[in-house]
Amino acid sequence: MMDWGIFSPTVIDALVAMLQAVAILLVAVLVSALLTVVERRLLGLWQDRYGPNRVGPFGSLQLVADMIKIFFKEDWIPPFADRTLFVLAPAIAMASLLLSFLIIPFTPTLGVADWNIGLLFFLAMGGINVYSVLLGGWSSGNKYALIGAMRSSAQTISYEVFMGLSLMGVVAMAGSFNMREIVSAQEGLWFVIPQFLGFCNFLIAGFAVTHRHPFDQPEAEQELADGYHIEYSSMKFGMFFIGEYVGMLLVSSLIVTLFFGGWQGPLLPPIVWFVLKTSVFLMLFILVRAALPRPRYDRVMTFGWIVCLPLTLLNLLVTGAVILLTA
Amino acid sequence: MSTDQSAATVESLTARFGDQIRYEQPTLTGMPVLWVSREALVDILEALRCLPEPFEMLYDLTAIDERMRSHRDGLPAADFTVVYQLLSVSGNRDFMLKVALSEHDLTLPTAIPVYPNADWYEREVWDMFGIRFAGHPNLRRILMPPTWNGHPLRKDHHARATEFDPYTLTVEGQDKEQQALQFVPEDWGMKRHNDDTDFMFLNLGPNHPSAHGAFRLVLQLDGEEVIDCVPDIGYHHRGAEKMAERQSWHSFIPYTDRIDYVGGVMNNLPYVLAVEKLAGIEVNERIATVRVMMSELFRITSHLLFLGTYLQDLGAMSPVFFTFTDRQKAYVVIEAITGFRMHPAWFRIGGLMQDLPKGWDRLMQEFVDWMPSRLDEYERTMMENSMVRDRTVHVAAFDTANALAWGVTGPNLRATGCDFDLRKKRPYSGYENFEFDVPLGTNGDAFDRGQLRIEEMRQSLRIIQQCIDRMPEGDYKADHPLTTPPPRDKMLQHIETLITHFLQVSWGPVLPANESLQMVEATKGINSYYLTSDHSAMSYRTRIRTPSFPHLQQIPALMRGGFVPDLIAHLGSIDFVMADVDR
Repeated sequence: MMDWGIFSPTVIDALVAMLQAVAILLVAVLVSALLTVVERRLLGLWQDRYGPNRVGPFGSLQLVADMIKIFFKEDWIPPFADRTLFVLAPAIAMASLLLSFLIIPFTPTLGVADWNIGLLFFLAMGGINVYSVLLGGWSSGNKYALIGAMRSSAQTISYEVFMGLSLMGVVAMAGSFNMREIVSAQEGLWFVIPQFLGFCNFLIAGFAVTHRHPFDQPEAEQELADGYHIEYSSMKFGMFFIGEYVGMLLVSSLIVTLFFGGWQGPLLPPIVWFVLKTSVFLMLFILVRAALPRPRYDRVMTFGWIVCLPLTLLNLLVTGAVILLTA
Repeated sequence: MSTDQSAATVESLTARFGDQIRYEQPTLTGMPVLWVSREALVDILEALRCLPEPFEMLYDLTAIDERMRSHRDGLPAADFTVVYQLLSVSGNRDFMLKVALSEHDLTLPTAIPVYPNADWYEREVWDMFGIRFAGHPNLRRILMPPTWNGHPLRKDHHARATEFDPYTLTVEGQDKEQQALQFVPEDWGMKRHNDDTDFMFLNLGPNHPSAHGAFRLVLQLDGEEVIDCVPDIGYHHRGAEKMAERQSWHSFIPYTDRIDYVGGVMNNLPYVLAVEKLAGIEVNERIATVRVMMSELFRITSHLLFLGTYLQDLGAMSPVFFTFTDRQKAYVVIEAITGFRMHPAWFRIGGLMQDLPKGWDRLMQEFVDWMPSRLDEYERTMMENSMVRDRTVHVAAFDTANALAWGVTGPNLRATGCDFDLRKKRPYSGYENFEFDVPLGTNGDAFDRGQLRIEEMRQSLRIIQQCIDRMPEGDYKADHPLTTPPPRDKMLQHIETLITHFLQVSWGPVLPANESLQMVEATKGINSYYLTSDHSAMSYRTRIRTPSFPHLQQIPALMRGGFVPDLIAHLGSIDFVMADVDR
């Protein structure tokens, strides 16, 4: 019998899982950072201009330049701010969204956690994410930030109500909160077809929860001059900034996993399918930003409560009825 | 403009007010100018406001320091004169009242009860001349900093930086200045809280993405509802009117470009036309047509800037890049013709700086062919977008009566359905020879103000097309001794022209003593120059009436009860630049 020493098979498994987790987190952060540049280039393409194309070939090193800049800027905490909360808020923003990546199954083998409460964990983390904006806006001691935080919490809370509900159709059809089981339940038919209403609602809620245009009222540049993160600078701002893209990445991955069969697809390896599908939704996020004006803040709330919530409930009702009838 | 009607009005006023009417001054302003007594002023304003075809608008209110004026033949004795210019949209005519004041008693009754927009104008006159208006609720400085000493447009106030001590700013000085800018709600009759709410006072500006320049607006907020607001202007004040008093008639032209800095040569037009009235120059058809063509081209570039930023204020980030592409196309033409982009200063007293270059028509035609499909696209993608409509329809709406009371002119007035376009009503520079329509709105809301400007661009393209098709032949300078500078080819041949040229270039043309005024339909509304010449190489007084000034004054009246996003939509739809407000 071999002497494994402290490296028993369980320990090695744990180490591999940890390394995998760290790698996934790093990739998620890097991809999000890269997204900032991709977004600028794509916006340029759609707006009759070039976008950043000076640093490196075709602007490929823009990200490096941006990172150098943002790391070396003065990390300023306003004297009128509440220090503890001011520092805590961006950390929450980044951490809560990054942790949600734990539950995403990228391929049949790749992924951090395989929990039975997978989807619930995401909803919980989404709930915690609200605090980052709320605390950041409040602790800044700035009126614009306060209005932004107020808008954000009202908006996020309204939209989280039906965000969770819009996913319940999927859960009911798959019979599980486990992400891997949800993916395998889509082998015959992607859930986007039977759950089309659920998909639409989740997409809208996803835009709202990540504060992406046209639901970026909390930071509406033209109104609040950047809203809740107006007082932040350097890497603290960077964490809010990258956090937004992490959110985009997360919501896109979730859409792919929950409605578009995850890694499934013919010919190509699973990871390629996952990346391709996710990129489509990332671009959709960017295209929407380029194309649409911003509705008024109270209209966004009304839209959520009057249109989206009833539709979600209707979807849940019909899904439940169909499942009962066919069972 | 009916001179009979004006004469009848003067007669009826004389009959009613007797010797309170002191003198009827002959001028080149094209309107009756009556000197009236201080005591009867408000009654006379009231009477003019209540005529069957009333003077609905206080078009302008300003003053003149008369103490250094040497040609005052027949004018009543005065150290300062306060000038009230009224406009009747229904009767399409103007009226000017003047009140003589002695420097020992510089007080007048306020005109706010008759014309609400007298408020800012009276503050400006107080700021610039130190004339008090009894009964004014907030007679404080408006353009100069609150800490300023003296009244700049007085003749004894310095005009150049070199006449002052060198400027220094100490820490104490900075604190004092900042203290002075602190907003104190009680000063404006505002409460800090009511029974159940503490209000938030939000400083929007002077640096804010939607303030379109250095413009400060202090909002009294209950949540996101605007309870009241106080606009604070003057951050862009450069003293253009004061500069006019130390520049020759000719060398002031470049300063006019920078009044409405996106209007380019459109700014030259009222000034040059007013100077030509004083000089008695009549330009030929070619000059007039080129002026119309270039002005309309600048109207398009200004409206394109408006459209892009207006939509950006509504949160649509892409259109501004597209409208800037279009503007660039226009600037290629402008640059080829004038040699400059935004501020060409290309019109001259009695003509143009140069003739049109060879091939100008091909360039211009390319632009005119490029624009229509782009305008259609903006309309289809943006103005028909339900979110844009939701943000703008019935937002910050006002009716014609409200617009006239606040001195609103131009597209913002026409958005209320009032058909008043100077190019049609009082054609200048040959506008009567062109076929074009005057687009009108119905609701007077932020949407109509945007939509109407797209339509105006189409009409401007029509006018430019007509200019391309029938550009008259002719010289680019009028044959007149006061044309400045005189034609160079003649200067090289006649000794007389050489002498004139030398004098005009070294000293400047001397214009006969008189007063003249020219209004034009500028990009943002009615812009006019009211010139007083004292038979000198420089203007004695140049009054620049700009459309954006009253448009900003109207903001609080419209926004009470609105939401912050509505305010932003309104700011975007006014189409103002701060240089046009502050001068």
